[in-house]
Amino acid sequence: MSDTLTYVYALAHGVDPGEVEGLTGVGGGAVRLLSTDGVAAIVSDVDRAEFQERALEERLEDLEWLTATARAHHHVVDTLGHDHLVAPLALATVYFDDERVRAVLAENRDAFSAVLDQLAGRAEWGLKIYARKGGGGGDAGEAAKPRSGAEYLRARRKALRESETSLDDAREAAMEVDAAVTELAAATRSHRLQDAQLSGQSDPMVLNHAYLLPVERVDELRALVASFADHPKVRVEVTGPWVPYSFAQAAQGAS
Amino acid sequence: MTGPGSGELEPRATSLFGDEEVALVDLLDRLLAGGVVLAGDVTISLAGVDLVRISLRALIVSIAPVERPGTLAARAERAELESGRG
Repeated sequence: MSDTLTYVYALAHGVDPGEVEGLTGVGGGAVRLLSTDGVAAIVSDVDRAEFQERALEERLEDLEWLTATARAHHHVVDTLGHDHLVAPLALATVYFDDERVRAVLAENRDAFSAVLDQLAGRAEWGLKIYARKGGGGGDAGEAAKPRSGAEYLRARRKALRESETSLDDAREAAMEVDAAVTELAAATRSHRLQDAQLSGQSDPMVLNHAYLLPVERVDELRALVASFADHPKVRVEVTGPWVPYSFAQAAQGAS
Repeated sequence: MTGPGSGELEPRATSLFGDEEVALVDLLDRLLAGGVVLAGDVTISLAGVDLVRISLRALIVSIAPVERPGTLAARAERAELESGRG
């Protein structure tokens, strides 16, 4: 048994082996190209002990390791995605050896080609929408000091009700934005809402979506998002272009 | 791709074609989201990775070293002395 595993970053079309030369991946491994006819896999060797099931599960809970691995993965995919059609894979997609990767490539060649074709000429954009705090109503309640406990509770209940309403309003507005962007997009995918502790924003997130957009429609996206800039209920944040992380999916489950 | 680096979205743009840092949380949204092309030989559930929990733990870990070695033990000893024989 070898002491390395084969880490797969992405599937790609039309990359020359020379183009990955000098590129460094997870754990400092040299990036290589495994080709079958048509579809290639971008890979590097990783330490078997580090990526074995048990170890990996623990590592994923280690923020420092997770950060380093995610950045290394992103570096490889993003560098090659600059000039090439790539279908990036999930973090820590590993196989026992190169032969296993070649076998999987050969087995699913048609499905993978279809995935890559679907991504051609398109890029991923992210939209994060936050509820504006107070929803435009202001926090006038803070000004008047309650004169009794009952009055305090009344005010408190009113504030809670209002914040619920403004969250609902924000969600509704977010759906409007989403509907408009979806019209431009070839595909949409929703990600989990980021906790305020992770987003670093005090405003609650109400939408976190990825959109696969034909690259020539980017100006339309830009104009559309700008039109929501002064929305009283929500704040819209755009990220991208990303390599199509959220859209490297086969229509019918490949193994 | 047409004209990367032009327009208003690009300064925010963090990834493809840019040297700017990608927000880790946005990257992990993508890298940990299930349903990708290949399953891999080592099967683990990325969907179960809870970033809030991890980051809270990371916070706790990063705070812990501030407590100098021995301090806790010394404090416990002191408390014991005070409650036991005080």
